[in-house]
Amino acid sequence: MPIFIPSSLTEATQLLSKNPDAHLLTGGTDMMVEVNFNHRHPDTVIALRNIPEFQRWNIDTASGLVHIGSSVPYATMEHGDLAKALPALAEAARTVGSPQIRAAGSIGGNLGTCSPAGDSLPVLAALDAVVHLQSESSRRSVSFAEFMVGPKRNSRLPNEIITGVSIPITNGWQGYAKVGVRNAMVISVASVCLAIHDNKVRVALGSLGPTIIRCTESENWINSIGLANIDHSLAKEFADHVRAESRPIDDHRSTAEYRRHAVGVLAARLLLRGVQK
Amino acid sequence: MSELEHYSLTVNGVERQVSDAWIGESLLYVLRERLGLPGSKGACEQGECGSCTVFVDNAAVCSCLVMAATAVGTQIATVEGLNDDGSLTDVQEAFITEGAVQCGFCTPGLVMAVHHLLDHNDSPNEQEIKEALSGNICRCTGYGRIFAAVDTVISVRKGVSS
Ligand SMILES: Cc1cc2nc3c(=O)[nH]c(=O)nc-3n(C[C@H](O)[C@H](O)[C@H](O)COP(=O)(O)OP(=O)(O)OC[C@H]3O[C@@H](n4cnc5c(N)ncnc54)[C@H](O)[C@@H]3O)c2cc1C
Ligand code: FES
Ligand code: FES
Repeated sequence: MPIFIPSSLTEATQLLSKNPDAHLLTGGTDMMVEVNFNHRHPDTVIALRNIPEFQRWNIDTASGLVHIGSSVPYATMEHGDLAKALPALAEAARTVGSPQIRAAGSIGGNLGTCSPAGDSLPVLAALDAVVHLQSESSRRSVSFAEFMVGPKRNSRLPNEIITGVSIPITNGWQGYAKVGVRNAMVISVASVCLAIHDNKVRVALGSLGPTIIRCTESENWINSIGLANIDHSLAKEFADHVRAESRPIDDHRSTAEYRRHAVGVLAARLLLRGVQK
Repeated sequence: MSELEHYSLTVNGVERQVSDAWIGESLLYVLRERLGLPGSKGACEQGECGSCTVFVDNAAVCSCLVMAATAVGTQIATVEGLNDDGSLTDVQEAFITEGAVQCGFCTPGLVMAVHHLLDHNDSPNEQEIKEALSGNICRCTGYGRIFAAVDTVISVRKGVSS
């Protein structure tokens, strides 16, 4: 049978070791587009939808971590306790595609594809999330920055399956904003996640470079000034710092110039929202 | 390249055999071309238009993005099976009476999306309705008639005459 639907992680990693050319499938919202348009011709597929721990998530207040299994769909992140614990992820999830896409598309698939426009990715970067990977013989966890190594490239080894992510809970405001050509069903032209923890700002950008960009210089600059002092004119300066750290390109979705403009607007807006000014 | 496959899918409560299929076939293709259920429409085959919307285990998804052979063991519901006896549902009736159908290509997908919305929320506000239908594209009606149909179903289900 060239299609496997394993019901445990152990079974899945063993199948992948035995079938190194197998394609891993979760929601199919990226992979089936490639299959339908003849860009991908899978001979063997391992569908991960029946692995119970991949569908689970939990909020562990003792360790201060939210764990999300790789098959959890965006629809689950949009509402309820998960959205309360991770408002930026909920906002990012709500911008993905359409309700139909959000019912099927998963965080594991977003990480598997690793597009610079992937909407969950700036959130994972800004919140210092850790990605969990497992093979038949070993398991490891890597920071998001170590995981995403290029456009649509990640450091997952061929025999590894992404099992989920752990995301630290922040004690301050967090939000996500995205620019696209319309409100529904749109891949981002520029996106920003901003989070505040221990009164320190963290910022990550999507669609503004080959990988998600964590703006450490902008963070250091604004944090040296202190959140209590932020006003509209400092927010404008912050926008310029973020623009300087972005590495946008011209492509079919936008020009680099517009992206650079938009990312500053989004970053300043989120900063002012974060400090409630 | 193509593999012969035999598997069965549960569609509208009935177990159906699928044979001689390639593993990469979408559920949309299998429903229409192999199981004789052409109600679900295919326009984009990339998740953009929603005309192929079906329920898989009660979730409204694009059948063009479901690999059919991986849907083994799920409950699949299509527009053909909304009412057991094949009669029109209140949503379908409202689409007709409100003039929400022009060419009709988007209609099956929209009918599924509206059923999904109203099964989970009996009094959605305007924003919730628009968001719930944002994955379904209609090139004919301009959506006004579709929203009118949704409002009609909401009123009728609440026992308010429309
Ligand atoms: C119409 C449409 C609109 C979209 N809009 C957006 C959007 O607004 N924002 C956005 O970010 N994305 C968008 N997407 C892309 C897609 O929905 C997301 O990337 C989604 O998160 C993919 O998840 P999936 O479960 O469907 O992945 P799949 O298609 O199942 O898999 C994607 C890739 O990841 C690999 N993979 C899957 N699971 C694992 C795993 N557990 N371990 C290792 N590898 C794995 C697969 O082999 C494949 O290469 C859109 C797609 C469509 C069709
Ligand atoms: S045919 Fe599936 S969304 Fe358009
Ligand atoms: S009625 Fe023609 S596309 Fe909607």
